[in-house]
Amino acid sequence: MQPFTYARPASLTEAFTLAQQPGAALLAGGTTMVDLMRGDLTAPSSIVDIGHLNELAAFDTSGPVLRFGALARMADVAEDATLLSAYPALAESLQLAASQQLRNAATVGGNMLQRTRCVYFRDGVSACNKRVPGSGCSALDGITRDMALFATSEKCIATYPGDWGNALAAFDTSVEVSSASGTRTIPFAELHVAYGDDPAVETTLRRGEIITAILVQATPAGRCSTYLKVRDRQSYAYAVVSATVALEMQGDVVQSARVSLGGVATKPWRSHAAEAALTGVTLNEQTALAAGHAGFADARPLAENGFKIELGARAVARAALVASKRI
Amino acid sequence: MPDTLPPETPLLVTLRVNEHDHPLALDPRTTLLDALREHLGLTGTKVGCNHGTCGACTVHIDGRRQLACLVLAAAAQGRDIRTIEGLSDADGALHPMQAAFVAHDALQCGYCTPGQIMSAVACVTEGHTRTDAEIREYMSGNLCRCGAYPNIVAAVRDVAQQKAA
Ligand SMILES: Cc1cc2nc3c(=O)[nH]c(=O)nc-3n(C[C@H](O)[C@H](O)[C@H](O)COP(=O)(O)OP(=O)(O)OC[C@H]3O[C@@H](n4cnc5c(N)ncnc54)[C@H](O)[C@@H]3O)c2cc1C
Ligand code: SF4
Ligand code: FES
Ligand code: FES
Repeated sequence: MQPFTYARPASLTEAFTLAQQPGAALLAGGTTMVDLMRGDLTAPSSIVDIGHLNELAAFDTSGPVLRFGALARMADVAEDATLLSAYPALAESLQLAASQQLRNAATVGGNMLQRTRCVYFRDGVSACNKRVPGSGCSALDGITRDMALFATSEKCIATYPGDWGNALAAFDTSVEVSSASGTRTIPFAELHVAYGDDPAVETTLRRGEIITAILVQATPAGRCSTYLKVRDRQSYAYAVVSATVALEMQGDVVQSARVSLGGVATKPWRSHAAEAALTGVTLNEQTALAAGHAGFADARPLAENGFKIELGARAVARAALVASKRI
Repeated sequence: MPDTLPPETPLLVTLRVNEHDHPLALDPRTTLLDALREHLGLTGTKVGCNHGTCGACTVHIDGRRQLACLVLAAAAQGRDIRTIEGLSDADGALHPMQAAFVAHDALQCGYCTPGQIMSAVACVTEGHTRTDAEIREYMSGNLCRCGAYPNIVAAVRDVAQQKAA
């Protein structure tokens, strides 16, 4: 771990000032940040600890817009009674993420911004454009089983790992960010960027900006929703693939559908193709699976991750059938 | 942490551990795990992976289980920290969960055990013990290389039932 100075601002205003300094990084629950610093995968010169700022920890799931303070803890949001009944997909995405110890520390804001688990990025030595821009990508001709099939580039093929972000992508979500120079709202689909020339750039956040809240437009589809996570072991593992499906049903017929995919893209991935394939159809195993396959029609498999197409399609199908029964 | 790095200005941090305040002068990089073990001599909390993956370093912070290897000591100021050393009564009587681990033989080498017990105590307090499946799910953040899992689940179930009775 490289040396850094540690500051604990007493207020959000003070945090804005500190966060603007060159080399500054925010610390919320620390479960990503401490690990990245210990591996020298990131080396901020100053740490601005906002973890204790309670004004950012509240959340309210009852109104026309669900509002999650950026510092709300994953464990608390995961057990919110309203969320469990009205938006089960969102609650499940948190329940199935990490472990209870991590969820007690980790924040919903920090969770969205966690970095890839690509082994070549994490090992600290392999060539990796994300860690050392311009050094190359070891994954391209390395082990590609865990890599992405959507929004990849010549420079980076790593998956985005966050369960909560992957589930939020299915909803009308936006992110409220503030800094010393004001407040703005970013549509969630524009928070993470597909990798362009520099895979080290992962979000559209500007220097000094602090996420204050995550906003989700209330929808009746929330109730008919689920987050299905497929893992290499039964618990406490990242998704090999995941599917979020939220439906509005009339009898057996899908009125509207929202679908997002995890473990398969370099950013949270909403699948408009799967949504279109579900809309207006009578839902059964065949139509659900057809929608799953539609979601992967544009997938670009690599040497070892082609299996995720069929696995992901079936995950979408099963999630749709589970969601449709939650009326 | 290599000692070739230039010495940093120490941070003055007071940690409240097992109901005692400990003023410390720490390098800002010090984790809570290192502060407990290296500065306070509380070696009951174990270092396993130092990456958040194994649960050996589980402690309670303000009554909630967390991983000491992923918390900066500086960030734990003003919080109420409890370690395995603070679990038994002042007279040395074992906490019911410690007694249950003994009764159910819920360990082999014992390395993961302090973390398992701290996690298990919290698991019962949280109420995540309604079924064995729920116990397994909510204890999945604690790995045991010796594979004592069935007996660990039995110990947790036992304490949860004692509490309910
Ligand atoms: C062993 C292990 C297993 C895990 N398994 C899973 C899993 O299965 N699924 C899953 O989704 N996650 C998993 N995680 C990741 C974990 O959920 C994240 O580390 C956590 O959610 C990050 O939140 P934090 O508050 O600790 O963030 P921090 O580590 O404090 O911060 C993370 C990043 O976000 C930035 N940041 C934090 N808050 C703000 C803010 N308000 N505004 C702007 N920037 C901010 C920080 O500067 C940093 O770059 C796992 C982690 C570990 C260690
Ligand atoms: S896939 Fe991305 S993160 Fe992984 S080695 Fe290549 S550039 Fe680095
Ligand atoms: S040492 Fe902290 S989780 Fe392994
Ligand atoms: S008893 Fe040996 S690791 Fe659990």
